[in-house]
Amino acid sequence: MIPNDLRYSREHEWARVEGNRVTVGITDFAQHELGDVVFVELPHPGDEVKAGQPMATVESVKSVSDVFAPVSGKVVAVNDVLVNEPEKVNDAPYSDGWMVVIEMSNPAELGDLLDADAYGKLVEEGGH
Amino acid sequence: MSSQTDYPLIFERSQPGRRGVSLPASDVPRKRVADLLPSQALRDKPPALPEVSEVDVIRHYTGLSRRNHGVDNGFYPLGSCTMKYNPKINEDMASLPGFTGLHPYTPEELSQGALKLMYELEQYLSEIAGVARTTLQPAAGAHGELTGMLIVKAYHRHKGQDRRQVIVPDSAHGTNPASAAMCGFDVVTVKSDATGGVDLEELRRLVGPNTAALMLTNPSTLGLFEKNIAEIARIVHDAGGLLYYDGANANAICGISRPGDMGFDIVHFNLHKTFSTPHGGGGPGAGSVGVSADLVPFLPRPLISFDGNRYGLDYSGPLSIGRVRTFYANFGVLVKAYTYIRMLGPDGLVRMSKDAVLNANYVMNGLRPYYHIPYPGLCQHEFVASAVQQKKHGVRALDVAKRLLDFGTHPPTIYFPLIVEEALMIEPTETESKETLDRFISVMAEIAREAELEPEKVQNAPYTTPVGRLDETRAARHPDLAWRSVRKEEDG
Repeated sequence: MIPNDLRYSREHEWARVEGNRVTVGITDFAQHELGDVVFVELPHPGDEVKAGQPMATVESVKSVSDVFAPVSGKVVAVNDVLVNEPEKVNDAPYSDGWMVVIEMSNPAELGDLLDADAYGKLVEEGGH
Repeated sequence: MSSQTDYPLIFERSQPGRRGVSLPASDVPRKRVADLLPSQALRDKPPALPEVSEVDVIRHYTGLSRRNHGVDNGFYPLGSCTMKYNPKINEDMASLPGFTGLHPYTPEELSQGALKLMYELEQYLSEIAGVARTTLQPAAGAHGELTGMLIVKAYHRHKGQDRRQVIVPDSAHGTNPASAAMCGFDVVTVKSDATGGVDLEELRRLVGPNTAALMLTNPSTLGLFEKNIAEIARIVHDAGGLLYYDGANANAICGISRPGDMGFDIVHFNLHKTFSTPHGGGGPGAGSVGVSADLVPFLPRPLISFDGNRYGLDYSGPLSIGRVRTFYANFGVLVKAYTYIRMLGPDGLVRMSKDAVLNANYVMNGLRPYYHIPYPGLCQHEFVASAVQQKKHGVRALDVAKRLLDFGTHPPTIYFPLIVEEALMIEPTETESKETLDRFISVMAEIAREAELEPEKVQNAPYTTPVGRLDETRAARHPDLAWRSVRKEEDG
C-alpha cells in the first residue's frame, strides 16, 4: 500500500505536499515493521525541524524509533489525537495517523525524496 | 478473571488483630504520639497495613517467587544481560556481620576492612579494564554511562572546548544515546557495515571538531568483536574526541583483551553482569567506571586512598565531577563482586570468558539448521539469531520467546539489536552445562518444527505458566496501575 500522490524518505516517512506545506507521517511498511504503536511523542507547533534530523518518536511494543523530518522548516500543526489514540498510526498511517505539518523553508529538498515507484523498490529490497 | 488477578495481595490476606511480630519492651520512657507530633500531622484512623502472621507472609512471598523465573530456577539466556549463576558464597561474604553492621558514617579508622576491600576491588577492576583508576560509585550500568558522559563534558570544558556531539553505532544499547542526551549532547548514529562492525568510512565522515566522544560496545550487541577497534580509536582521537567503552559485553574478554589497550579512555563494567552480582529484581546494580590517567582528575570523589599503611577517603580533586551516589555506592554489591574475582583469580577469569564464548558458539552452531544466523563466523559470548524463516509461517520472534516459557526456559532478548529483523539475542553464559545447552538446542528445534507444522500452537503460547499470553499492546496503551481495592473505592 504505497499511495502514488505522496513523496517518501528512505527512513519510511511519507510527505504530502500542498503549496508550501507538507503533511508528514510514517508509511504502512513502517507501521507494520514497528508493530502495535503504543506511544507517540510529537514536536510542538513553532519548532524548527531540519531535513534528516529526528523530530518525533514512535514507541511500539517492540522498540522506540525516531521519526525524521523529510524536509526542513517550521512545524505549524501536530496531530494531538495520537497522544491518546496512537493506534491510528497502525490503523490509518496515511490519513488519521498523520503526525505533523511542516511549513517548508527549502522546497528544493523535496527533490531528495523518493516517488512511489522508487520507494516501492526500496521496500522490496528489504527496507534499508 | 484471569489467574493473574486470582493471586491475592498481602493486604487481602489481612485479618483484624493478627500479628506476625512481637516488639521487645521499650528501653526508653513511653510517650504518646500526640505529645510528639502536632495535631495536623496525626491520622484520624490507623493506616491500612496488612495484619498477617509470619507464616502468612512467608507463604505469600514464597508463592509469588514460585510464579517467577530466575537463574536459580533454570536456564536464562537473555542476551546482553549476562544472567550467569550467582555463586552463593557471594551472599555469605556480603552477610558477614562486620559488613552488614557497618554504618556509612563509621569513621575511617574503624572501617579499614571495608575500605581495603573497595581499594582492592578498584585495583582489580582497573587491571581488568586496562585503566589508571576506577570509581565504584555508579549504581547501575546506565548510571556509569552518565558518569562517563559527565567526565567527557568536564574534560572538554577544561580544555576550553564546547564539543557537542556523541557518536553511537546503530547497534548500540538504547541507554547510550539516552545517557549522552541526558548530558546535553547531540547524538549522531554511525551505521554498521555488512560484517556488523562500525562503518569506518561513515565514521571518518562524521567525526570533527564537534566530536566529544564515541560510545562503543565491544564485543558489539551482535556478539561480534570489533576488529577495527585500533583504527576506530585513531579516527576518534585524531579528531580530539574520547572513546567510551560500554561494558555490557565484557564477559567475553576478561583477562584476554583490555579496553584500555584497545584505546578506550573511559570504561564501565556492570558488576551485576560480568562479576556475578544479582541482576534485575535480584538486587541493586553497580556500574564501576575506569578512566585513563589523563581523566583521573575528573573522576567522582571520594576515591579510596592507601598510603602504604592506612586506607582512607580522598576528597581532593578540584576538577572532579563530584559525587554521583550517596555514601560509597551499593557496598554489599561490591563485596559480592570482590568475592567473585577473588574466588576465580586471574586464571579463573580467563576461563570464565573462554567458556562463555565456547558455550555461545556451541549453541549458535546447534541452532544453525533451524534458525537464520545473520552474521557469519565465530561469535563472542553471545550471538544474534533471527526468526525470519519462521515468520513465513506467521510465527514471530515474540512467539518463539513465549513458547520457550512452556519448556521452563527464560526467553532470549528479542527485537534487539534493531538492525536484525526478528532478532533473538542469545547469551548462554559460562555457567551452563553441556546438557543444559543441548536441551535448549533441542527445544528450539522443536519450536522451529512447530512453527512450520502447527504455527498456531506457537502463536498462542505459553500454556503452562501462571499467566497466559498477555495483551502487551493494551497494557502499554491503557496501563492500569491502581491496586484493585483502590479501584473499588473509586468506583464507589
